[in-house]
Amino acid sequence: MDAIVLNPKDNVAVVLREVAPCESLQIGEGDVTALDRIPYGHKIARHDIPQGEHILKYGMPVGQAKSDIPRGGHVHMHNVVSVYMDNLQEHYE
Amino acid sequence: MSEDPLTTTFDGFLRADGRRGVRNWLVVAYTVYCAEHVARRITEPFRLEGVQLIGFDQCYPSDYGHELMEKLLTHPNVGAVLLVSLGCEEFRRSDLLATVEASGREVHSIVIQESGGTEKSIEAGQAIISKFLPRLETTTRAPMTAADLVIGLECGGSDALSGITANPAVGLFTDRLIDAGGTAIIEETNELFGCETHLASRARTPEIGEAVVRTIKKAMDYHRRLGHASFGGGNITGGLSTIEEKSAGAYAKCGTRPLDGVLIPGQRPSGSGLYLLDTVYDSDLRHGIPNIHDPHGVTAMAACGCHLIVFTTGRGSVVGQAVSPVIKVASNSAMYQRLDGDMDVNAGIAIESPDGLQAAAEEITRIVARAAAGDPTRSEALGHMESYISDGYFNPVPGGCRNPAEADETRA
Repeated sequence: MDAIVLNPKDNVAVVLREVAPCESLQIGEGDVTALDRIPYGHKIARHDIPQGEHILKYGMPVGQAKSDIPRGGHVHMHNVVSVYMDNLQEHYE
Repeated sequence: MSEDPLTTTFDGFLRADGRRGVRNWLVVAYTVYCAEHVARRITEPFRLEGVQLIGFDQCYPSDYGHELMEKLLTHPNVGAVLLVSLGCEEFRRSDLLATVEASGREVHSIVIQESGGTEKSIEAGQAIISKFLPRLETTTRAPMTAADLVIGLECGGSDALSGITANPAVGLFTDRLIDAGGTAIIEETNELFGCETHLASRARTPEIGEAVVRTIKKAMDYHRRLGHASFGGGNITGGLSTIEEKSAGAYAKCGTRPLDGVLIPGQRPSGSGLYLLDTVYDSDLRHGIPNIHDPHGVTAMAACGCHLIVFTTGRGSVVGQAVSPVIKVASNSAMYQRLDGDMDVNAGIAIESPDGLQAAAEEITRIVARAAAGDPTRSEALGHMESYISDGYFNPVPGGCRNPAEADETRA
C-alpha cells in the first residue's frame, strides 16, 4: 500500500513511504502521479484543490488551501492554512 | 480465544477511603524546588523499589499547586508519603501533612532548615523510607476489575500516523473499557480544535454538551491571545499541517461512546464513562502556556485519579509519570523498533494487515490489564517518574458533570 485514504470524502491521501516526483501511486481506485517529493506520512492531493477550498482528511476539514493545489501535489505548510490558528511562528527541530 | 483481559480480576491496594490502587508507592514530595536535591538524594538508594518523587517547584502561595499536591499524595496508587521542605517557602506544608494523615496514610515530614541541612536531612529521610517500606508490604489487598479503573489518554510527539494507527487503536480500547464499566479521561482541550461540535453531540446531557463547546472555545481564545497553539516542529516534520489536522487525529483516542462530563484538574469523575479534562486556565494570560509539555497534562490526569495512562506517540516520547504509570503506544513500526526499550505496544501494525487495527487494540487491552495487575510498564521499569505541577487557576465547569452534588462531594 503506497498511500491511505482515511475517508471517501477526502481530497488528500497520506503516503506510507517517501515518494519521488513523477512516481505513479495506486490510491484507492485510481493512479495519481506525484508532482513533488512527498515525505513519509505527508499528504498528497487526490484531486485539484482550488485556493480557499477545505482540505478534507478523516472526512473532516483540517485546513484551507492557500493557493491552487494540483492533483499529485504535496499538501503541507506551504499551501495550507489553519482556520483556527495561523502557523506563523518559527518551528524548530 | 483467550479470556477477555477486561473481565479478569486482579489484586489492588485498598485505601482507607475505599478507593483501590494498582501500585503501592511511597512518594517523596518536595514543597519547593530548593528542596528538590535533598528529596531526590533521599530516593536514590531506593530506585525501582517503589519509591517515587514528585514536587511543587515554586515559592509562591498557589492554591492550585497545593490542591494538586494533595490529590496526588492521596491518590489510590500511593501508600505512604515523605514530605521534604526547605522551611522558609510559601507552601502550606502543615496543611498538606494534615490532609495526607487524615487520608489514613503513613506520612512524615522533614524540614531541611530544622534537620541540620543537606546531609542530615538525606540520612533522616532514608531512615524513614527504610522504616516505611516493610510496613507497606502489609497493605490490605482487594480485588479489582477493569470496572474499577480510571485510565488517562494522552498523545505526545504526534506524527501523521498517530491519527491513523495509534489513536484509533486506543479509541477501540476506550470503547471496550467503557463497555466493561471502566472510566477514561481525555485532556488536551487545546488539541480538539475543530472537534468541539462532534464531541458535544456525544454528550450525555445538553448541559455537558454546552460545557464541551465552552471549554474548547476558551482554549481557542486563550491560545489565540498567546499566539501559540499546541502544534510544533515535530508535528510538521511528521506531516501535519494545522492544529485542526492534529486535533482530528488526537480525537480518535476517545472512541465512540457518550461523553459523561467535563472535569478540571484534581476533580474526580462523578461516575464511570468518558470524561474531558479542561486543562486551559480560567484566567488572563498570567499563568502562561497551559500545556507546557506532556508531563504537565499527564500529571493533571493523574491528579484526577487515573490509575494508568495510555500514551500514544509517533515521534517517540519516552516520559512516564511518578504516580500513574504510563503505557506507550507507538504509531509506526520504524519508531517502535528504534525505541523498542521504551515502547509497550506497536500500533504500526494497524496499517500492515487488514485486521491490524483490531490486533493493535487487542494488544493495548492486554498490556493495560497486565500493568493494572502489577507488571511494570516500559517507562516505569526504566525509572521514568516525570511529574510536573504548575501554578494555575480553574473554575469548576458549570454543568460539567451529570450529578453536580456528587461531583462536589468528590472534590471536598
